[in-house]
Amino acid sequence: MTTQATTRISTRFAALKEEGRPGLVTFVTAGDPDGETSLAILKALPGAGADVIELGIPFTDPMADGPAIQAAGLRALKGGQTLAKTIDMVRVFRTEDTTTPVVLMGYFNPIYIYGVERFLTDAKVAGVDGLIVVDLPPEEDDELCLPALNAGLDFIRLATPTTDDKRLPTVLEHTAGFVYYVSITGITGSATPDADLVAAAVARIKAHTTLPVAVGFGVRTPEQAKAIAAGADAVVVGSALVEVVRRTLDQEGKATANTLPGVEALVIELAEAVRAIKR
Amino acid sequence: MTALNSYRTGPDFRGHFGIHGGRFVAETLMPLILELEQAYEAAKVDPAYHAEMAGYLTHYVGRPSPLYFAERLTDHLRAVSAASGGNGGAKVYLKREELNHTGSHKVNNVLGQILLARRMGKERIIAETGAGQHGVATATLCARFGLKCVVYMGAVDVERQAPNVFRMKMLGAEVVPVQSGSRTLKDAMNEALRDWVTNVHDTFYCIGTVAGPHPYPAMVRDFQSIIGRETREQMQEMEGRLPDSLIACVGGGSNAMGLFHPFLDDPTVEIYGVEAAGRGLDTHEHAASIAGGRPGVLHGNRTYLLMDDDGQITEAHSISAGLDYPGIGPEHSWLNDVGRATYLSCTDQEAIDAFQLLTRLEGIIPALESAHAIAKVVELAPRLPKDHLMVVNLSGRGDKDVPQVAEILGTSLGA
Repeated sequence: MTTQATTRISTRFAALKEEGRPGLVTFVTAGDPDGETSLAILKALPGAGADVIELGIPFTDPMADGPAIQAAGLRALKGGQTLAKTIDMVRVFRTEDTTTPVVLMGYFNPIYIYGVERFLTDAKVAGVDGLIVVDLPPEEDDELCLPALNAGLDFIRLATPTTDDKRLPTVLEHTAGFVYYVSITGITGSATPDADLVAAAVARIKAHTTLPVAVGFGVRTPEQAKAIAAGADAVVVGSALVEVVRRTLDQEGKATANTLPGVEALVIELAEAVRAIKR
Repeated sequence: MTALNSYRTGPDFRGHFGIHGGRFVAETLMPLILELEQAYEAAKVDPAYHAEMAGYLTHYVGRPSPLYFAERLTDHLRAVSAASGGNGGAKVYLKREELNHTGSHKVNNVLGQILLARRMGKERIIAETGAGQHGVATATLCARFGLKCVVYMGAVDVERQAPNVFRMKMLGAEVVPVQSGSRTLKDAMNEALRDWVTNVHDTFYCIGTVAGPHPYPAMVRDFQSIIGRETREQMQEMEGRLPDSLIACVGGGSNAMGLFHPFLDDPTVEIYGVEAAGRGLDTHEHAASIAGGRPGVLHGNRTYLLMDDDGQITEAHSISAGLDYPGIGPEHSWLNDVGRATYLSCTDQEAIDAFQLLTRLEGIIPALESAHAIAKVVELAPRLPKDHLMVVNLSGRGDKDVPQVAEILGTSLGA
C-alpha cells in the first residue's frame, strides 16, 4: 500500500494540519470494566474531543504495559471480553461514527490464535483503520505487518528512544498512518517524559518520514499533554484514562454512574489543553 | 520437507527453529537484543572468552560433574521387571548436575551470560526465577563479580521456595516478589522484561532457560551443552559407547537441551523430555505445553503455550516451581514437531514418589523438577533390556524442596 492512500487516519491528520493544531489520541481498553460501559465510553470519546481512538485488545501478559493498563486488561478479560467482541465493538461504533479513526492496539498472540487472515478481514469490515502490535518489531514483518498493509489496514510502528538513526529507516519502512513515538524507555504510565527531549526526537523522526508523529507513554495530565503535543502531531493518553475507570468502580469492581462521565471529563480537559495550541 | 542433514544447525539467522523461536519483542528492546547477539557472536569465536569460562567451570563451579551409575536404582528397576515376569531393567546413570556449585545446572548458563555482560560493560544484572535455582545462581555470580543483582520472583514462588529467597538475599541480591497475574514464573518474566525496557542502558537480562527472544534460546543452549558433551566422553570411558537413551525434565527446558543437543545427530540415541502434568493432563492444572498446548507467541518467541481459545495465556500448575511455566523453549517445540525427541509427562504425585524413591535408594535428594525425570525412568527402564544405557539428568538437588515435601507428606500421612 502506498502512503498516499486516503484513509480515515490520513484524512484526520490532514484536517488537524488544516486546523493548525495537534491531535489528541485516547487509549482505552476494550471491555473494561464490562462490554456495555466500554462501548458507551468508546462512543463518547469523539464528542469529548478525541481525534483518534486507540482501542486496547486485552491480553494476560502485556509486557510493555504498566500496572494501570495491565489491570484494565484483566478486568476486561474477567468480564468476558474476547478479540471477537472487541472487533464487534468497532462495528457498532462505526454505525454512528464514520470519520474518527480507530486503531486496535495490543499483543500478537490473541491475533495469531484468531487467525491473521480472518482477523484482518473481520477488522477491516468492522471499520478498524490501523493496528499497533507491541511485540512485532520489523524483524517479524511477515507475521502481520505486510498482510495488514495488503488488506488496507495501517500498521503503526513504535519508535523509541533506543531506535537510533541507523535503525530508524528499518522501523519506518513499512509503517503507515502515523508513527507512534514512545517518549520514555519504560512501560506505559510510568516516568514522565521530558518535553524538550521529545520534541527533539520527533524532529529526528520527521527527518526520515512524512508521516505524522504521535507521542505517548507516561503522559497523564492536561498540562503534560499540552507540553508534549506542542512538539508533535498528536499526543497519546492511556493509563490516566483507564485509571479513571478503575477509580470509579464500586467495591465489586462494577461500573458506577461516575465511570462514563469521569472518563469523558478527563478527555474534555485533555482536548482543551491540546486545542489551545495554535500553529 | 527434505530430510535434515543435521538437527544441530538451528536456529536460522532470524532465530527460528522451524515455525518456533523468533524475536517477538517491543521496539525498545530490539536494539538491545541485536547488540547482545553481536556481542555473543564475537565472544563465541574468542578463545580468551572460552578460556576464562573453562577456568571458572573447573575451579568455581566444580565441573566436570560426575556421571554416576545408580546401582541400587537399577537393581530396584530390574526387580520390578522380574516381578512382572520380565527380564529387563536398563542400566541407569545419573548426570550429577546437582553437585555443581549452587546446586543445579543453572550456574552453567549464568556463568556464560555474566562473563558476557562483563565484556559488554553492563553492571546491573536482572533475572527471573521460578524455583529460585536460576536466581541463586545469578545472585552467586553477581556476588563473585561485584555486580548489582535484581531477581524477579512470583509471590507464590517466594512463599514455596523460601530457602532460596534467603540464599539470594544473603548473596546481596534484591528479590522482588511479583504480584501481577498468576504470581509465578511467567509473571516474573513479564516483570523482568518491564525492568529491561526501563533500564536499557546499564542492564543485562540474564534469562534462565532456553526461551525468550533470539539469541537467548541458542545462547543458553550453548552454555548448557557442556552437560551433554561431558556425558558423551564419560559414557565412552565407562561403557565404551554412546548411551541408548537420554531423559530430562522440561519446564523451559535448559537442562534437557544441554543434555540433548550434543546427541541430536546420533540416531541410535533416544531422547525423552518430561513435562509437568501437575494434577493430570485432563484437569487443566498442569504445565505440559506440548501435551496440552498449541503454538503461540509469548515472551519473545513462538512456541507451544498453554492458552484459551482467545489466545489468553492460562496459568500453569506444577508442584515444582521450576516447571510451573505455560511455555517451553522453542527448540524443544521444534524437536517435537520433527519427531527427534519425545515428550512425556509426569504428575505431581509421580514426582513425589520418585523424589522419595531416589532419596532412599541412592542417598541423593533430587530437586522436585528432576524427580519428574526420575519418575519416567521408573516407568521406562523396567521394560528395556539390561544392556540399555539410560542417562537421566539430575538437574538439581532437593534441599530447597524439603520443607514443601515434608508438608505434603505430613498432610497425606495424617489423612
